[in-house]
Amino acid sequence: MTEEPQSYSAAGEVAQVKLRRGLGERTWIALRKAPLSAWFGMIVIALYAFVAIFGPYLAPYGEAQVFAKADEPWSMLGGDPAHFFGTDQIGRDVLTRLIYGARNTIGIALLTTILSFLIGGSLGLIAAINRSWLDQFLSRGVDVLMSIPSLIFALMLLSIFGSSIPSLILIIAVLDSTRVFRLTRSVAANVVVMDYVEAARLRGEGLGWIMGKEILPNIMPPLVAEFGLRFSFVFLTIASLSFLGLGIQPPTADWGSMVRDGSRFIQFVAYDWTLALPSLLPAGAVALLTVAVNFVVDWFLHKTSGLRDDH
Amino acid sequence: MHPVLYTVLQRLGLGLLTLFIVSIIIFSSIAMLPGDFGEQVLGQQALPETVEAFRKELGLDKPAYIRYIDWIAAVLQGDLGTSFSGRASSGSDQSRSVWELVGPRLSNTLFLAGFTAMIAVPLSLFLGITAALKRNSVYDRSVNAVTLTTISFPEFFLAYLLIVFLAGIFPTLSNVTPDMDLGERITKIALPALTMTLVIVAHMMRMTRAALINLLASPYIEMAQLKGASRTKVIIKHALPNAWAPIATVIAFNLAYLVVGVVVVEVVFVYPGIGQLMVDSVSSRDIPVAQACALIFAATYILLNLLADVIGIVTNPRLLHPR
Amino acid sequence: MTTNSNKRGAKGDILIEMKNVEIDGFSDERWHKIVKGVDLTLRRGEVMGLIGESGAGKSTLGKAAMGYAQPGCKIRSGSIMFDGIDLMAATEAEKRQLWGSRIAYVAQSAAASFNPAHRLIDQTVEATVDHGISGESDAKQDAVGLYESLQLPDPGNIGGRYPHQVSGGQLQRIMTAMAMSPRPDLIIFDEPTTALDVTTQVEVLVAMRDIVEKFNTAAIYITHDLAVVAQMADFIKVLRYGEEVEEAETRKMLSQPEEDYTKSLWSVRALHKDESPSDDIALSIKNVDAAYGNTVKVLHDVSIDIPRGRTVSVVGESGSGKSTTARVITGLLPPMTGSIEFNGETLPNALKDRSKDQLRRIQMIYQMADTAMNPKQTVADIIGRPLEFYHNLKGKQRDDRIIELLEMIELDESFMDRLPGELSGGQKQRICIARALAAEPEVIICDEVTSALDQIVQEGILKLLLRLQKELNITYLFITHDIAVVTAISDEIVVMFQGQVVEQGLKSKILAPPYPDYTQLLLSSVPEMDPDWLSNLVEERG
Repeated sequence: MTEEPQSYSAAGEVAQVKLRRGLGERTWIALRKAPLSAWFGMIVIALYAFVAIFGPYLAPYGEAQVFAKADEPWSMLGGDPAHFFGTDQIGRDVLTRLIYGARNTIGIALLTTILSFLIGGSLGLIAAINRSWLDQFLSRGVDVLMSIPSLIFALMLLSIFGSSIPSLILIIAVLDSTRVFRLTRSVAANVVVMDYVEAARLRGEGLGWIMGKEILPNIMPPLVAEFGLRFSFVFLTIASLSFLGLGIQPPTADWGSMVRDGSRFIQFVAYDWTLALPSLLPAGAVALLTVAVNFVVDWFLHKTSGLRDDH
Repeated sequence: MHPVLYTVLQRLGLGLLTLFIVSIIIFSSIAMLPGDFGEQVLGQQALPETVEAFRKELGLDKPAYIRYIDWIAAVLQGDLGTSFSGRASSGSDQSRSVWELVGPRLSNTLFLAGFTAMIAVPLSLFLGITAALKRNSVYDRSVNAVTLTTISFPEFFLAYLLIVFLAGIFPTLSNVTPDMDLGERITKIALPALTMTLVIVAHMMRMTRAALINLLASPYIEMAQLKGASRTKVIIKHALPNAWAPIATVIAFNLAYLVVGVVVVEVVFVYPGIGQLMVDSVSSRDIPVAQACALIFAATYILLNLLADVIGIVTNPRLLHPR
Repeated sequence: MTTNSNKRGAKGDILIEMKNVEIDGFSDERWHKIVKGVDLTLRRGEVMGLIGESGAGKSTLGKAAMGYAQPGCKIRSGSIMFDGIDLMAATEAEKRQLWGSRIAYVAQSAAASFNPAHRLIDQTVEATVDHGISGESDAKQDAVGLYESLQLPDPGNIGGRYPHQVSGGQLQRIMTAMAMSPRPDLIIFDEPTTALDVTTQVEVLVAMRDIVEKFNTAAIYITHDLAVVAQMADFIKVLRYGEEVEEAETRKMLSQPEEDYTKSLWSVRALHKDESPSDDIALSIKNVDAAYGNTVKVLHDVSIDIPRGRTVSVVGESGSGKSTTARVITGLLPPMTGSIEFNGETLPNALKDRSKDQLRRIQMIYQMADTAMNPKQTVADIIGRPLEFYHNLKGKQRDDRIIELLEMIELDESFMDRLPGELSGGQKQRICIARALAAEPEVIICDEVTSALDQIVQEGILKLLLRLQKELNITYLFITHDIAVVTAISDEIVVMFQGQVVEQGLKSKILAPPYPDYTQLLLSSVPEMDPDWLSNLVEERG
């Protein structure tokens, strides 16, 4: 053996020991550093969530309650003070429809996104671990499904199955799960090749442990971000389909069909711009939420990727 | 065989295979129709003989694979079948051929998409490249914030916003007819083209920027700088030859997006394009027309992506100059 | 700036002088000091070795000598004078005039640093032509001459190829030609041979040294390998944590280093274990052939016997099949033919057919401790899992055993709730050792376990492994390319080349003549801590 060049201790080696903080404290620190756009996004999302959850208590009238005067303008533009945003083409209160619309549109979009993550996420994980014919089969299948634009595919399927809410949710969830599958598979594939996963396999761990304990915790950040992006995409798709008259059907209130219904006088906007309001209001409600979600996701991606300037 | 040729052929084969499978999927949609479909199209009072004749016309009495072969053979010869609309319970048939409906609409859509692409592609490449070069500058940040916002907007919101602000200048109805001259047509499609440009530019600019930043982080770019090459030279001589593949992918992706985005925009502006037609055919459950539209959309989408892949292959030095 | 007409000054003039240079780097959302006030002086015709471990700031300092701060870094203060030009005050355009004409750079990864889209010869002469030093045809003719003196095969035509068409060692030499093409005053070599195998490294080192000597170019040679730098440099500067430790003339530095830290840099090479033969075979690989995807055969008739309580080292270069051998033993890659016997019993070939107890008895430790531990699990989770899984320990029993294991690896209880990201490189590798020990194995496969670590940490890990072997009678299969480590730890050595076992036997037998050709080549290519080693080797090989 050699002489000791200097006193050496393994425990004394310099490492970056971070201050251990609770989850709450860490969240608070992250929030305090969040940029204005992210704050804006979070407040908007919270507001929408509140309206969606407590809609029936907030709405002044019933969802499909019809009043005498149709096409009433906004109360501040000289309309009936009882209807803040006026009434629609068959005399329903627009504010009420807007509040119920939040509940329906957001609720359906959320349900669809969760379903698409359950399908795409679990298949993606299995494909990444399995790496055999199953992976090949699923991946090629997804390639084919993704080679048809999803809005077109959805339109075609709706023409066969008809537009009901369950078929809408199922069709969009399945189509959208292809993207979730791809992302999950690719991020999980990066984790699967890690030595710690191999170590778990050498230990003799089962598939459940490897998926749940070794892989999933390490792919959460991109999946969470993707959830936000997919939600806003699904939300837009559903709104677009409803706008095309092929999504959520009346009398259920939703923003897409409100835009469509409000657009009857759109060619006269050149003479009176307020005629655009019945469309702009629900369209703006859709846009505001997607902008908010995108702002939050953008910030989250920045934070978790650790990169300063890339997407 | 030269590896480039081999890879291109391989990719073409894969594209054809995808198209084939997609055509099967689209075709089988007709097989999934509920049994009483004849009555639905022809009406409740339709005579059983009429319904039977209709089923026969659809070939529902033959096995599925034969029907597929008949259908695909007809499609390949340009015969997309006959529309369901215009049929009556009495058995009188005023329906038109699908191609008659689709043809003029398709050329309208291609005109709108092509016009948009002509503006959007150069504009977004310019914005994307400059933003990547001036990374983290005020310019970059503001372009980023604006595009992030426009990406999040649904097309119809952008469209109505433009209508509110520009209704006095441009027509809000894009009801073009075949006898219009080019100038008039362009005025008519100004607003839909602008709407789509805004959406596409946002997507494309962000993707171009990301692809370029990725490229500029390569060690050989640093090496070029350390060899004293000027900024322009680094970009033109060292970055660009390796950038064709990512740029082609970005363009193809967005042109494909354009083809799809056109559906909503056409409906907003009542533009007589194929997107509008597809929406109408879906709501009236006119399956042959919906199928034809879906097939056209999917084929365009697949071909564009195929083209991007081929460009990526033929500009890849590793394949061009094999070991 | 005016282009200096009498570019070459006299030998011995000061070429570059850096004073009190401080460089900051940006990471984790804030600025850190990477280089903390270092002075550096280099005269014409001299070669300086810049040595230090990862994070010492040597590469950053080397690039700063060009006036260049890599993205995410900035030179905060100090002065950098290159031949009378103040690089701190120079504009980008002025610096570009110098780069590629008077100062050239040779990067670590030649494969990534050549543009895939252009021919090698065009890249070689690019800077020379652009800076107007000579015309294109002259420069190309000269480049062919440089290729020739760098002993590249077919020097007349190799430049017509693209980067992916030539090997790594050749690319590194072409990059040296590229640096030499404008006949610069100074070349910065940034770890140019780190990515190469030892046998290739020798050729590249000889070529680089000769050409620098031939043109009397000044150079800064950056590396973490003291033996390599001893061949190349006239004098050596040692850096640690961004500060200078000491600087001395090469021979003096090797014979009488002043600082403890410098001494520790070759401590592993001084570590030595006495071999002890044994016939009690724990694990035996018998006539194994293995292939990836049934096509590329990577192991040909490999047989290795591993005696109980001893260390068998498998040495070889990349592609020799040594890591594949480990995969076959663990069952990750079932062999095509042949078998693995453990304590006289044949193990099932595939991982999924082995029993929990069979799995427990053979454990593995990886090269990169970073990726061998789940970053989301605490130390207690990592060490505790095998305890639960194999030994069914829970609650306090489990915690007590974790503490015991931590003490065994010279760490303590306070590490239990740390995450891997909060450990140093050596500590991480120790936790991996503890995880293997938790299973109470008979055999541990160590796959390059020290090669990612700094010298002083390596020594600690090797000592720990030796101690554990003595205490617990564990058998090691040690996979490595580092001959110093092999001498330090093994009883027996297996030499592998292109998927075949070249030689197997006791350490004293393998490391002494007569050698088979390949063993000879491999052993002689390992740089030694002797400034004359390379010259002697060149003479020997003719």
